[in-house]
Amino acid sequence: MPEMTEILNALVVFTNFVLIPGLAYGSQLALGALGVTLVYGILRFSNFAHGDVMAFGTMVTILVTWWLQSLGVSFGPLPTALLALPLGIAGTVLLCLVTDKFVYRYYRAKKSPPVTLVMASLGVMFVVNGLVRFIIGTDDQRFFDGERFIMKARDFKTLTGLNEGLAIKSSQGITVVIAVILVALLFWFLQKTRAGKSMRAYSDNEDLSLLSGIDPDKVVRITWIIAAALTTIAGVLYGLDKSFKPFTYFQLLLPIFAAAIVGGIGQPIGAIVGGYVIAFSEVLITYPYKKVVTYLVPESWAPEGLLQLLGTEYKFAVSFMILVIVLLVRPTGIFKGKVL
Amino acid sequence: MYLIGENLRGGYGGADILNNCTIGVDKGEIAVIVGPNGAGKSTAMKAMLGMLDLNEGKVLLDGNEITDLSPQARVAHGVAFVPQTSNVFVSMTVEENLEMGAFLREDDISETRDMVFELFPILKEKRRQPAGELSGGQRQQVAVGRALMTRPAVLMLDEPTAGVSPIVMDELFDRILEVRAAGVAILMVEQNARQALNIADRGYVLVTGENRYTDTGEALLANPEVRRSFLGG
Repeated sequence: MPEMTEILNALVVFTNFVLIPGLAYGSQLALGALGVTLVYGILRFSNFAHGDVMAFGTMVTILVTWWLQSLGVSFGPLPTALLALPLGIAGTVLLCLVTDKFVYRYYRAKKSPPVTLVMASLGVMFVVNGLVRFIIGTDDQRFFDGERFIMKARDFKTLTGLNEGLAIKSSQGITVVIAVILVALLFWFLQKTRAGKSMRAYSDNEDLSLLSGIDPDKVVRITWIIAAALTTIAGVLYGLDKSFKPFTYFQLLLPIFAAAIVGGIGQPIGAIVGGYVIAFSEVLITYPYKKVVTYLVPESWAPEGLLQLLGTEYKFAVSFMILVIVLLVRPTGIFKGKVL
Repeated sequence: MYLIGENLRGGYGGADILNNCTIGVDKGEIAVIVGPNGAGKSTAMKAMLGMLDLNEGKVLLDGNEITDLSPQARVAHGVAFVPQTSNVFVSMTVEENLEMGAFLREDDISETRDMVFELFPILKEKRRQPAGELSGGQRQQVAVGRALMTRPAVLMLDEPTAGVSPIVMDELFDRILEVRAAGVAILMVEQNARQALNIADRGYVLVTGENRYTDTGEALLANPEVRRSFLGG
């Protein structure tokens, strides 16, 4: 039997490299997937432009952050980007409403089949993608400032006397706190307010909602505003946690869609659960367990290999596999969303 | 009459389904449209609601022409409609369904809600349950309740008893009589012609989109020709 401290060390390693990063990444995916699921529920199409809209919102936030920094403004221990966030959201809301006015509304009025809207969103995706690269470039941008850690690995070690350190980055803490607040706000909005209920009614039964006097244009507008806000916040949190690169955000489309579909597309609660399912699957499958196992088994059994199921460069394959399995086995997802 | 569609002619883009058909109903009255399959019964009702492009004819509500108003605008003018299928918000609770029915109202809706609960006591019991979990008959009650929440002057029902048991049907008709007693004009399309004509003040027998017989429900039931051709003897 391994000693208590060794079990604790193994636990700390696991928490540090799997649990906390998974929790933060899952929250970011959940916020992204909420946007996808809302747009799907109300506008009835899969918005492929979502990843690049996320990049756009993050870019605006970064530009405002730089401007604020150049003015010498800071947010104390918190990242300046949080101050810039409202402007980033405003920019993204504007982008979504303008795209809706000039692209999606036309197909909606024509009652085009969903696949036409999906293709239109693909076009929007390319345009926004080009716009973002044109403005901020294709390089990696780091825009985190303020206090880097809530808990430093070294502090944890001196505090507990364990060999292994547990670090909690501020970006991770901020991500989880903001995600919890936003999800609570969103559910309150959907369950309790008139506008939120009208969104649910419209998503449930469009014809009957029209017969009840619900204004479809207003519902669509609110949906874009919420989706734009959620996706911008998700993008900024992801960028603070890792870094901002247009191509990475385009790639995030896959895990975000996987999250929405696994949870049951059109179901907000599904998007949240799906976000964590995808994030933890990705982290758990690509994490090398060598260190954790070494603490738990007798010395002579210590593994030589990394004990890694899949290299991190294949992490997108995880989302893809889960997506395929869900669509084959349970196309409605965990919470019985709509069938695509 | 309070709501009247005169000389309606039109269809869903292709050939005309309605051929010079006239339908009307007054306040505190039940008008029933019956006829064989494909006679254009539901189409006639949809024309009254504005869900159909009319080539000819006009629709008058309280003397004002509403032919060019959209269905939503007619709802705002006091015309409520209960579709035959998908007539509740399945993922929303009974209470939320009623609340959505009253979406256009700015005033306090609790009185109307209590009235609906009084009319359909089972709904009060199941108020916190999603409408999708209710039985067919209970769903129809939610559907009618939702439509009543606007405090409509005209209530249109498209085959409200489709797919419910005879006992539930009788009960539903009883409730509809109560709604009539409150002074609402009720226009109904019914497959169960005999039972429907029994409670009808006015009956329209449509064939191929035309008025074949128009009379009181009682007179139509007594008319041997109507009995033979449309009521099975």
